[in-house]
Amino acid sequence: MSDFFTVSVLVATLATAIRFSVPYLLAALGETIGQRSGVLNLGVDGTMLLGAFGAYYTVLETGSHLLGIVVGIAIGLLMGLVYAIVTVFLQAEQGISGIGIFLFGLGFSDLLFQELVGTPKPIKPLPTLDKLPGVGGIFEPLVDIEHLGTLLFKHNLLTYLAFFLVPVVTWVLMKTTFGMNVRAVGENPQAADSLGVSVARTRFIAITIGSAFAGLAGATLSLQLAIFQHNLTNGIGFIAVALVYFGAWQPRWVMSGALLYGLVTATRIKWQSLDIIPQGASDIAAMAPAIITILALVLLASRVRGPAALTKPFTRH
Amino acid sequence: MKSVRKSQLLKLLGTLFAFTLIAVACGSDDATGTATSDCGTNTGVEEGDSVTDLTVALVAPSAKDDVAFTQSMVDSLTRLGIEPAITDGTFVVEEAAAAIRAYAEDGVDIVIAHGTQYGGSLAEIAPDFPETSFLWGTATDTQGLPNVYAYAPEADQGGYVNGYIAAGISVDIGVVGPVDAGDASAYVNGFVKGAQANGASAPAVVYTGSFSDVALATETAQAHADNGVGVLTGTSQSAVGAVNIATANDLAWFGTQSNTEAWESDLTVASQVYHWDVVLSTMIEQIEDGTLGGEAMVLTLENGGLVMEFNGCYDLESSLRSDAEGVIEDIIAGDITTK
Repeated sequence: MSDFFTVSVLVATLATAIRFSVPYLLAALGETIGQRSGVLNLGVDGTMLLGAFGAYYTVLETGSHLLGIVVGIAIGLLMGLVYAIVTVFLQAEQGISGIGIFLFGLGFSDLLFQELVGTPKPIKPLPTLDKLPGVGGIFEPLVDIEHLGTLLFKHNLLTYLAFFLVPVVTWVLMKTTFGMNVRAVGENPQAADSLGVSVARTRFIAITIGSAFAGLAGATLSLQLAIFQHNLTNGIGFIAVALVYFGAWQPRWVMSGALLYGLVTATRIKWQSLDIIPQGASDIAAMAPAIITILALVLLASRVRGPAALTKPFTRH
Repeated sequence: MKSVRKSQLLKLLGTLFAFTLIAVACGSDDATGTATSDCGTNTGVEEGDSVTDLTVALVAPSAKDDVAFTQSMVDSLTRLGIEPAITDGTFVVEEAAAAIRAYAEDGVDIVIAHGTQYGGSLAEIAPDFPETSFLWGTATDTQGLPNVYAYAPEADQGGYVNGYIAAGISVDIGVVGPVDAGDASAYVNGFVKGAQANGASAPAVVYTGSFSDVALATETAQAHADNGVGVLTGTSQSAVGAVNIATANDLAWFGTQSNTEAWESDLTVASQVYHWDVVLSTMIEQIEDGTLGGEAMVLTLENGGLVMEFNGCYDLESSLRSDAEGVIEDIIAGDITTK
């Protein structure tokens, strides 16, 4: 156990937690926007898979990470448009529609992968700050700071973007007219409608933006791992939905949830690698992140209230 | 007399030329149970002449080109010249069961249920189709079903060899396991035993709890790398993430199931490759003779079902290589216990 409480091991564990939490955070932030408008999207995982494949394949073919990220976001937008049409205009049941999006994403990403790639081929990974072409040298002194350098400055740009988006999303939701409209249509769409807010348009935009976040989350995952494979996300999108509830629909608490999930996972891996957790207990240890998330949800469920109109389609009377 | 000598000389040269051609063609075949790829030329398996006219279908949990468990079966069928109907990616047992039943209903002669988890489904389906032969693995018994053949690898044997070599490269070794069960568990246990036999302390073993979670396998490999290991190994389709970490950190890698050189890793030292064709050909012969099942078969180094494929691109010390070949011989002879 004492092996774990050395500074270098703790720093490595925290750095892993940060890196690991990024796809969860991005997907959960997007889902927060959508749910604040009253729409539950269980298709996050499917959108992530398509975004992940799109980004991976683009980098495989062009070598450009930037283009890969753009493609991932574009795919997310496209899937968001589809989901918005189905749930807002056609008023389909949100849970079932979301599962449909997930299954489509799962199957179609695998089909594209099999047809276009086949055997998994590694791509060049996203460069960390100090390896950025042209400007990496500027950050090298920061990376060299003992312990703190590894913890704070040895990540790729998407990691910083993800955490930067937390206050941005908070500001948009709490301080802008669009954000106020999103919250209004999520709480009381009839009242918002009577005040001249277009419920359909607001939800449409919120869903599409949220889905673009999911596409970016998928792109981040495949570019961080530098690979794509069948069902690469392994349920990250579903955990992201749970994190929105965990975070009480507040971006900063959603971020805390993502970091907690990442930290529990990273600690579990680190403890096993240092033989602090015996090999025989590996199955129990593997369940730890899920158990902690469920416990947190149970404890929080009675204390927080979600958007009142969540999952309820809006019909003007 | 001169013409006779000239004729003999020509025959001798011809024979030498023929032997040279054969030697070049078979250049990658080494001692029993081993092979070495020519650097940069490992482009997959060659299709063999078809061994049967029977129709074959394969149902498998992961992708057919996963460079792991499922691909090892697809490659083995290719070596036998068989182009099966394939339903892959069926980790959900209900989906696999539907596919297995559908193939049997379509009149396919041999249905391969390539996943331990399909056993329960097979127990229900196989009795409904007594004319169809089902091959099931990894499994060590046929559940008493007369039309089911079971197959399994003694994965601990290749694991032991890999572990032995790994310890010769570094005493600090990290293992990225998926789930502590089946051939994954056998491989890891064999690997640990082999490493310890060559002087390493107990390798750090982490089971991620998933066969397919690439992100977890990646972070686990990174944790090992942060701990300062010099060698990594892993199994299952999720190991591709660990291979990337090995490459990024310049760590030697040991593969199993399929040859992980396909992941474009020059740092792959050796892979234990499953040659299911060794048992498949026997099963097919017996099926053609009317015995549709009732027997369990295993892949071993001795029967050629397990082959240690060394990467020609990796500069492995010759003494370590010859020691490893000695270990293989000892395992085959029964002088080393790998379990």
